[in-house]
Amino acid sequence: MIRLLALRELRSLFAMPSTWFALAALQFIFAWFFLARLEAFLEIQPQLAQLANPPGVTITVAAPMFNTVALLLMMLVPVFTMRLIAEERRNQTFALLLSAPLSGYHIVLGKFFGLLVFLAALITGVPLMLYTLVLGTALDHGLLLSNLLGLLLLTASYVAVGLYLSALTSQPIAAAIGALAVLVGLWLADIGAAAEDSPWHFVSPLNHFQNFNAGLLDSGDAAFFVLFSAVFLLLAIRRIHNNRIYG
Amino acid sequence: MSGATPEITLSVRNLTRRFGNRQVIHDLSLELKRGEVLGLLGHNGAGKSTTLQMLTGCLLPNGGEIEICGIDLLRQPALAKAHIGYLPETPPLYRELSVNDYLTFAARLRGMKRGEAAAALAQAKQRCGLEAVGKEIIGTLSKGYQQRVGIAQAIIHSPDVIVLDEPTIGLDPSQIRDIRNLIRELGNRSSVIFSTHLLGEVESVCDRVHIMQEGRLIYDDTTAALASYGGEPGHLEENFIRLTETQR
Repeated sequence: MIRLLALRELRSLFAMPSTWFALAALQFIFAWFFLARLEAFLEIQPQLAQLANPPGVTITVAAPMFNTVALLLMMLVPVFTMRLIAEERRNQTFALLLSAPLSGYHIVLGKFFGLLVFLAALITGVPLMLYTLVLGTALDHGLLLSNLLGLLLLTASYVAVGLYLSALTSQPIAAAIGALAVLVGLWLADIGAAAEDSPWHFVSPLNHFQNFNAGLLDSGDAAFFVLFSAVFLLLAIRRIHNNRIYG
Repeated sequence: MSGATPEITLSVRNLTRRFGNRQVIHDLSLELKRGEVLGLLGHNGAGKSTTLQMLTGCLLPNGGEIEICGIDLLRQPALAKAHIGYLPETPPLYRELSVNDYLTFAARLRGMKRGEAAAALAQAKQRCGLEAVGKEIIGTLSKGYQQRVGIAQAIIHSPDVIVLDEPTIGLDPSQIRDIRNLIRELGNRSSVIFSTHLLGEVESVCDRVHIMQEGRLIYDDTTAALASYGGEPGHLEENFIRLTETQR
């Protein structure tokens, strides 16, 4: 059932021209960043080569690029998640799901995984671009892999927040702005908190991405993403149940 | 499904519902047998749609029991809902999908296997007159066709109880006639409950009529009995108005 709902979500996404436009525009932006980073690397490479232990191309091109994509996704994911439930409410298609033999968790997980698969496809362009560098040099596969894994977990936590905000309203725009406010708010609180042990560092998803970005696989960070997503998904399931109570 | 007494497919007892402090459904009970078509009549705001939403599990009642084919809807929602087909007031259509994709999704959503869904799709399209538009995108269809797609999704899994909320609203006369014929045909095998405020519809389609007024059931009898209510045979409309006015 979850798979059926996820596939429906994907089918609807790809049936809309705006999705294809977004895909194309974002690949263009990713490519722009990639080429700009690569050009900067080539310019300073002669100086880097004089260092005793020079940083490689992966850490100077790939890692900053993943970091930029992580920041971009923070702004982009709310645009994709806003439709998930709010638009079903507005178009009154939600009754189809509510009257079907499903429970709230099927609906929430179906939508969550459907959009996650789409976003995973969206960001595949990034590693593909980076892997073109294999033609001319050696890459640090471990660093790339940890970045990819981190980016996927980060995206999952963004989607969970967006999905919950979408479950709260029947206005997709309100859902988008709400999710953006939460995600940017967490990020700003994180970079604004001066104290090393401030709790804001702990609750910010982007902060937990930093270790992955540096190539460090920390099970604590991974657990944070899983818990963070689970909390918002549970809240969304609860909200859908309340839908039946309050109408 | 014994021959002598038709099985009861839908049984509702003492249903109540509040929105905030306002009680909108008062102690409503009704029963539906297999092969019966029940018309739910009433003015706008009488609580017809709210009742139908509760029968399909979209809205939880504050009190009372709902049984679909003997399964408690509130205790075992997933099992009970597999026997329901529901067309809400606004058809729940994903406008960006094609008719075939949408109806297949609707069938699979109700737990049909891939192979069964294909056969059910062909049958539902044939019954609702959608054969020619299977590949069209729903958003590009006319309102009449969209309404038919809405009915098709409610019947594709051959449910025992079919719940239709104002199925003929906004259709032209020939489409209304087609839909009425379809409802009567559906009523041969399943139970159908539908809401309307068109009296002609009740007269031509229903076996029984329930009239709702301010959240209460004020009349429950056969269609023929309503037509001759108060000794004035043949005046369904006047009898309906008389009945709802005296209860005010």
